[in-house]
Amino acid sequence: MRQNVVAEGQTMRAESRHGPSHGGRFVEFLAGTLEQAGSLAMFSAKFLLRVPVPPYELGEVRRHLDELGSRSLPLAGITGFIVGLILAMQTRPTLFRFGADSFLPAMVAISFVRELGPVITALIVAGRVSSGIGAELGSMRVTEQIDAIEVTGIDPFKFLVATRVLACIILQPLLTAIVNAVGLFGSYVAVAIESSMSWRLYWDSVVHSLTFADLIPGLAKTTIFGFIIGIVGCHQGYNARGGTEGVGRASTSAVVLSSMLIIFADMVLVKITVLLWPS
Amino acid sequence: MAVVELRNISKSFNGHHVLQDVNLDVEEGTTVVILGKSGVGKSVLLKVIIRLITPDHGTVHIDGQDIGRLKTRGLQSLRRGMGYLFQGAALYDSMSVRENLAFSLQRFEQLEAEELEYRIAAQLRLVGLLDAIDKMPSDLSGGMRKRVGLARALITNPRIMLYDEPTTGLDPITAREISTLIKSMQERYRPTSIAVTHDMLCARIIADKAAILNGGELARQGTLESLQKTEDEIAQSFFASA
Repeated sequence: MRQNVVAEGQTMRAESRHGPSHGGRFVEFLAGTLEQAGSLAMFSAKFLLRVPVPPYELGEVRRHLDELGSRSLPLAGITGFIVGLILAMQTRPTLFRFGADSFLPAMVAISFVRELGPVITALIVAGRVSSGIGAELGSMRVTEQIDAIEVTGIDPFKFLVATRVLACIILQPLLTAIVNAVGLFGSYVAVAIESSMSWRLYWDSVVHSLTFADLIPGLAKTTIFGFIIGIVGCHQGYNARGGTEGVGRASTSAVVLSSMLIIFADMVLVKITVLLWPS
Repeated sequence: MAVVELRNISKSFNGHHVLQDVNLDVEEGTTVVILGKSGVGKSVLLKVIIRLITPDHGTVHIDGQDIGRLKTRGLQSLRRGMGYLFQGAALYDSMSVRENLAFSLQRFEQLEAEELEYRIAAQLRLVGLLDAIDKMPSDLSGGMRKRVGLARALITNPRIMLYDEPTTGLDPITAREISTLIKSMQERYRPTSIAVTHDMLCARIIADKAAILNGGELARQGTLESLQKTEDEIAQSFFASA
């Protein structure tokens, strides 16, 4: 009994030596998460307030569009093509069993335009662009380049953050449209391998199956995904601390946080879409 | 009349007092060097002067204006008349040397392309780096980066210059070259300057006046000669190291 008490005491002392208990760690995690959420909300509000105010730095927005677009397009395109191909290969046998394989183009088109295209593109761009922005701005922060811009009398938030977020907002619908097209082509390749359906018949089925109620919400939510990718990457990088380790943390957390927020936002937006377009 | 006036500046981080009741006057056209060991808050003091860091207490007046009361636009306008040489030069690493120098110049002075190019080339010639005009910062040595940083800071002809450890991380020969270059730039443009350093050789070359920052306070102020004559232990250890 006495040995047990002594052992327990030793364990507790060992725990206190090794940091807070599970409960303490949970409270710390919760406080950290809330702090992060508050900081991100303030950062987003700052963006919305500063964007309408000149100067607009349109040259920088154009430069980021070019850079971020060329960085993301190949990967997003290849992924879209493969996902389209796989989707058609996976669903065709099931549809065939029910004699509904002629609905395959319509099913792929609706899946891609409403859901798969926007989400896949957003997750790919989050991994590629958000981390890049986080690392770039983080590196600028720890090497005092952001301070150097500030001391020249230029607003670094407008120059570095607003331009990148705007570029992401403009870029995301464009990239998604391309990924949708490439994904649909990928699914046609799968169909063409296993059946004699012509491209014209396939494309007619795709076009006739889609309505504005499919296209508009699908593309509209990409602007929100673009905002999330840009603002999270910029927030993590702009507030990076602690040398190269801080830059690494900013880059990683930008991908994790933006991917999580994209999925969460998608869930909310799907619900809103269903409410607005019940059909 | 003092161009830069610091009154009772205090700043602490996580309960650690970095600056305590710091008072300093810098007269127009003079160069004041703030000496101090590493980690005593010299860089923090410079950042307080340009309001990159807000002090917990005290005021900073520049040209009679309390910079703590300035709104964003006013502060940006004031900063356009100031230059800052960062410890690591802080060159924009996605831009070439030419673009680094053009960055603020083309935004605030509506220059024709030819005039812009002329100003950039002239400034780089002064620091002996005209050949590096198309290089990227990653292609430059530490000394070259400092020179480009100096050229960038001075290209807008600032009335006030702040130097954060201008010779840190350089070999003694390059450090002397940079100090001499700063001195020649001071003589050419006559800005009111504040430099923080722990390099006595640099201080001897560029300082009109000096102050010693110790324990968060500006312990001694005066000319280098007058500081050398004091019996202050910190002052003596600095002069002994030179």
